[in-house]
Amino acid sequence: MPAFLDDFLFSYQSLIYSLGINGLLALSMYVVLAIGQLSLGQAAFMGLGAYTSALLTLKVGAPFPIVLLAAMAVPALAALIIGAPTLRLSGVYLALATIGLGEVLRIAFVNSELTGGALGLSGIPEKAGYTIIFGSLALALIAFVLVSRSRIGRAMEAMREDEVAAGMLGVDLPRYRISALVVSAMLAGLAGAFNAHVSSFISPNDYGFDAAVTILSFALLGGIGSPFGPVVGVVILTLLPEVLRPLHDFRLVFNGLIIVIAVLFMPHGLLPWRIGRTGARA
Amino acid sequence: MLAQQLVNGIISGATYALFALGFTLMFGVLNVVNLTYGVYFSTGALIALYATRHFGWPILLALPVAAIATGLIAVVIDGLLLTPLRRKKAPELASLMVTLGATLLLYSLMTAFIGTDIQRFPPAAIDPSAIEIGAVRITRSQMLIVGTAFAMVALLLALMRGTRLGLAIRALAENPDVARLMGVDVTLVTFFVSFVSGTLGAAAGILIGLNYNAIQPYMGEAMMLKGFAVIIIGGLGDIRGALIAGLILGLLEGLTAGYIASTLKDAVGFLLLVLTLWFRPVGLFGRAAAKRA
Amino acid sequence: MSGTILALENVTVRFGGLAAVEAVSFHVEPQTVHGLIGPNGAGKTTAFNLISGLGHQSDGHIRFDGERIDDWPSWRRAQRGLGRTFQNIRMFGEMTALENVLAGMHAHVGGGLGAALLRLQSFRAAERAAILKAREILAFVGLADPSARAGNLPYGDQRRLEIARALASDPKLMLLDEPAAGMNPSETSGLIELLLRLKARGVTLLLVEHDMHFIMHLCDRITVLNFGRKIAEGTPLEVRSDPKVIEAYLGTKVAERLEAGARVR
Repeated sequence: MPAFLDDFLFSYQSLIYSLGINGLLALSMYVVLAIGQLSLGQAAFMGLGAYTSALLTLKVGAPFPIVLLAAMAVPALAALIIGAPTLRLSGVYLALATIGLGEVLRIAFVNSELTGGALGLSGIPEKAGYTIIFGSLALALIAFVLVSRSRIGRAMEAMREDEVAAGMLGVDLPRYRISALVVSAMLAGLAGAFNAHVSSFISPNDYGFDAAVTILSFALLGGIGSPFGPVVGVVILTLLPEVLRPLHDFRLVFNGLIIVIAVLFMPHGLLPWRIGRTGARA
Repeated sequence: MLAQQLVNGIISGATYALFALGFTLMFGVLNVVNLTYGVYFSTGALIALYATRHFGWPILLALPVAAIATGLIAVVIDGLLLTPLRRKKAPELASLMVTLGATLLLYSLMTAFIGTDIQRFPPAAIDPSAIEIGAVRITRSQMLIVGTAFAMVALLLALMRGTRLGLAIRALAENPDVARLMGVDVTLVTFFVSFVSGTLGAAAGILIGLNYNAIQPYMGEAMMLKGFAVIIIGGLGDIRGALIAGLILGLLEGLTAGYIASTLKDAVGFLLLVLTLWFRPVGLFGRAAAKRA
Repeated sequence: MSGTILALENVTVRFGGLAAVEAVSFHVEPQTVHGLIGPNGAGKTTAFNLISGLGHQSDGHIRFDGERIDDWPSWRRAQRGLGRTFQNIRMFGEMTALENVLAGMHAHVGGGLGAALLRLQSFRAAERAAILKAREILAFVGLADPSARAGNLPYGDQRRLEIARALASDPKLMLLDEPAAGMNPSETSGLIELLLRLKARGVTLLLVEHDMHFIMHLCDRITVLNFGRKIAEGTPLEVRSDPKVIEAYLGTKVAERLEAGARVR
């Protein structure tokens, strides 16, 4: 590796890690928004992944691949428990139940001795790196592109545009809803595990309400016409506060404002390009 | 001890019911989940705090003024964020998202200016004298809390059932288009409902602020968890359900704190929420059936 | 009864004590065009929603292709061959015309998650075949530009596209809810011509329509609802001369329209 690149990677290491981890989080938001649902539990799923992985590494000494699998499985289970009963209800129920999950997990993390209470867990070894983080992000992006250009992708967009009409074409709505939520929880859990294993320290406040809303702002700023939109949102919202220091202090105000503006005035986001939904040329 | 826990439970339950009432009213009538509602809770408490601390107002004056001021803020927020979406006939999740963004924006603005430290009412605002009935102790502040909560609920129910305005609100809840045809001024009634909701949320914030005497901007966010639980248990948009579910939640929290562990108290609401979703998604009285997808 | 594709048996639905559809029975024979008519508020769209699974009856049974479908959700009915269009068009406006039709083939195009991710030869072949078929269907309904964004199409073309999308699911029975609503006379006659070609293709149609000319021209059999009850059934000729039907349509004005329909036929 050229020396200058080495220096660059070193001094901006944590920022570059955040880009990759936030990218995964944005995609986890995307998969739910892409079928017209709203989950506000992304931060909670991430927190579950982070704590599960950190505990397995610290207390059990489990091998990293197993740790990552568990970090995806636990949030997936949580998603099933709170998602399954809302499948046949209006989308409002899922949104409320997932915000509730975030709140209750924060309370649980703060009050449990196992998770180190409000101080969180520290001394987590740095087991994740550029390769695995950005490799996962790239794989997830490729998978989303391939799925978009298939009957599954068409059914997803149909659901987002008009769920009733999609149902009348034979799209099994509950199955799509729960699958999207579980995939979303797994991606967020994976991001949480990476986060724990590059920053060496995690605490309950990293996965609260602010984080949940920030993850939504990634997706809405970039737009959900294609899986690339949310990643564009991540790049802007992760880098901009670093460049504009005043913005840094009002970062959360800005993230909130972005959601308001995106919903009211910019429904297609900054990247309005829409991914095609056909799997071949003919 | 049981009697004291029950009384404490009823006191918190009354404030939960009051809080959830405004939230469920907005959903039932305006058909939006307005997440800025938690901000009204904090705003009300903060305004009352400043009025008592800096102007030396008695709480009996600060409470209505802060509640009304917050009601007006709620009207402005509705006008800025939700009216445009209503005009566009946007999907219901759009209103949820826009109010979520606004919530983060407002909370972070508040903390940027006043910080996250816990602030307290001046001693003069809280009357610590108590009456004792057997082993049960109730402070005068707590009596004020329960009294105000019941009075506001009674007032709202009287308004809904007994006045022309109440009829207009119920018509709007049934069907906005039909209400318009019936000559209901939909814009005006919408603003009125926002105002009432803001007032209820703020009053709940002030009363709970008095009960625990710990006020800071994010207090509304923790309260929202209880709000979601109460309105889902009671049935989305169901006023009677919200009142009863609020009391039940308060009582169960009191009992949990007293007999199991006080740290588990705040998880009771979420547990009930998940159980409701699994076993009775239409809520206590089943009115939410109409809102099914 | 054995060949019957759809049968309603004493179907009743109440909304808060009020019966919107009450004890309605009728059946639709394969390869026919069946009309469901009645004045506003007669319960036609409600009946459509019950048949397609967007609402559930309080009483009675619905049979589709020999099976009781009372508890089936809409997608399951669709997967088994029930297609429909909506009174106010429900297009996937952001998708292209071609993608809309492909979405209509959801239940028939193969390719699960694994196949889509691995881009197997079979997956691509299935997609190619689907695209060819979709283009054919678009040509059949008379839409020239498969890559046009559906939301940008003119009204009449959106109607055609919605029919194409329903047709793509290869339905055993297709429900059309006021397909001619909002169309001008030339669009309407174009639509009649399209539906006649559909009929010639052997598609069974059940349609709700206010345009009597349209109904009398197309239907083999007609069921008439009024205030949620069935008041008449028969061939267009029989229904047209039924006094109860004429009365339901409140006398002369509609009777004239029925006459006009008769003349066209």
